[in-house]
Amino acid sequence: MNGIHDMGGMHGFGPVAPEANEPVFHSDWEARVLALNRAMGYARLWNIDMSRAAIEVLAPEIYLTRSYYQKWLLRLEQLLLDRGLLEADEIAAGHARLPGKPLPRKLNVADVAAVLTRGSYGRAPSAPARFKAGDRVRTRNINPLTHTRLPRYARGHVGTIECVRGCHVFPDSAAIDTGENPQWLYTLVFAGRELWGEGSDPNLKVSIEAFEPYLEAI
Amino acid sequence: MSQDHDDHHHDGGLHDGHHHEHGSSHKHGSDLSEMQLRVRALETVLTEKGYVDPAALDLIIEAYETRIGPHNGARAIARAWADLSFKRTLLDDATAAVASLGVTGRVGDHLVAVENTPQVHNMVVCTLCSCYPWEVLGLPPTWYKSAPYRSRAVIDPRGVLADFGVTLPASTDIRVWDSTAETRFMVVPLRPAGTEGWSEQKLAQLVTRDCMIGTGVAKSVAALAAEVAP
Repeated sequence: MNGIHDMGGMHGFGPVAPEANEPVFHSDWEARVLALNRAMGYARLWNIDMSRAAIEVLAPEIYLTRSYYQKWLLRLEQLLLDRGLLEADEIAAGHARLPGKPLPRKLNVADVAAVLTRGSYGRAPSAPARFKAGDRVRTRNINPLTHTRLPRYARGHVGTIECVRGCHVFPDSAAIDTGENPQWLYTLVFAGRELWGEGSDPNLKVSIEAFEPYLEAI
Repeated sequence: MSQDHDDHHHDGGLHDGHHHEHGSSHKHGSDLSEMQLRVRALETVLTEKGYVDPAALDLIIEAYETRIGPHNGARAIARAWADLSFKRTLLDDATAAVASLGVTGRVGDHLVAVENTPQVHNMVVCTLCSCYPWEVLGLPPTWYKSAPYRSRAVIDPRGVLADFGVTLPASTDIRVWDSTAETRFMVVPLRPAGTEGWSEQKLAQLVTRDCMIGTGVAKSVAALAAEVAP
């Protein structure tokens, strides 16, 4: 979806403001929100693409004014409510009124190492890669209402395939629960001027990680 | 600027936008407790329903507070500077190379190391969310997740570098990597001058988190000496 999360190239947000000696967490609740998200993510009730999509559908005014971990909390509550795993009045009361439902799996102490390692998204290909390093390709001009990993600034532009990364779970399918639909993944490099026009830094190159369905031969 | 400011508020209510207007001077304390209470309520419900084990949550937090951080990435960079064959392995298959160091437990697939040269400077961003190589750099800093960084890194990386006090020659190529899939990137920064013969441990002290993201360069020998001196 063409949401507020798709920020590449936008103006007006001001300078980047690094915080000297930033702590890992700014308060205890941030740490708990992170851990709750990881633990419930382990349960296999949703995949990583569904969880990204759940942040992207937050209303723009919410997205822009809530901190990172506030958005993670809103996302987690919504995913649980959507699946009927808890009720809004239980959150409000701070206590379970109904017994829990069975989970596909539960994160126990012995399994914590598994959530500290990222999953593997490489899958066996069903067809050979359509493109190879050095090929010039154009990104499609797609505007799906659902989750995609092709940013707006990189649509309809010509770039060069730099690297074939293998065949990966396709987020656009996984996010809407239509299966992993593995697709070839490429590093695709654009000249700054192709993306941003004449005024761009002539020495700028920008790459995206582009799934094959985003690309067309030229 | 206002967004930047808001991104540094780590308290604040979730649903009442009026609480987020600038100048609401009383919000800090009361809203902080609001967030604490709200998160505690959710954790209690999830625990009572048997969905989470608080002891497992504690272990996750402990790992990110103590073991998983940029010191892991710094070890890999220092080794790459000191050992050319390790550097080749790192650039060829960073997942395997970092795993071989044994510093951070298992390493997820699809980690990619990209090398700065005198001609090319690399910078990593995630414009769509906040993808970041957690296993080698730990949790991302707030600025990495902020709208100013995510919006500007791909269109004005030199301006972003200036925000970090870094100026590169205009003739230096800048390559920005937008992390739009499950590949994760770390930058191998240029080795500072005057470090010939240094041990890996000493080299690692020159490697900052930001230089592995590409918003900084490695510390100079003089900068390190100034830190160590009283």
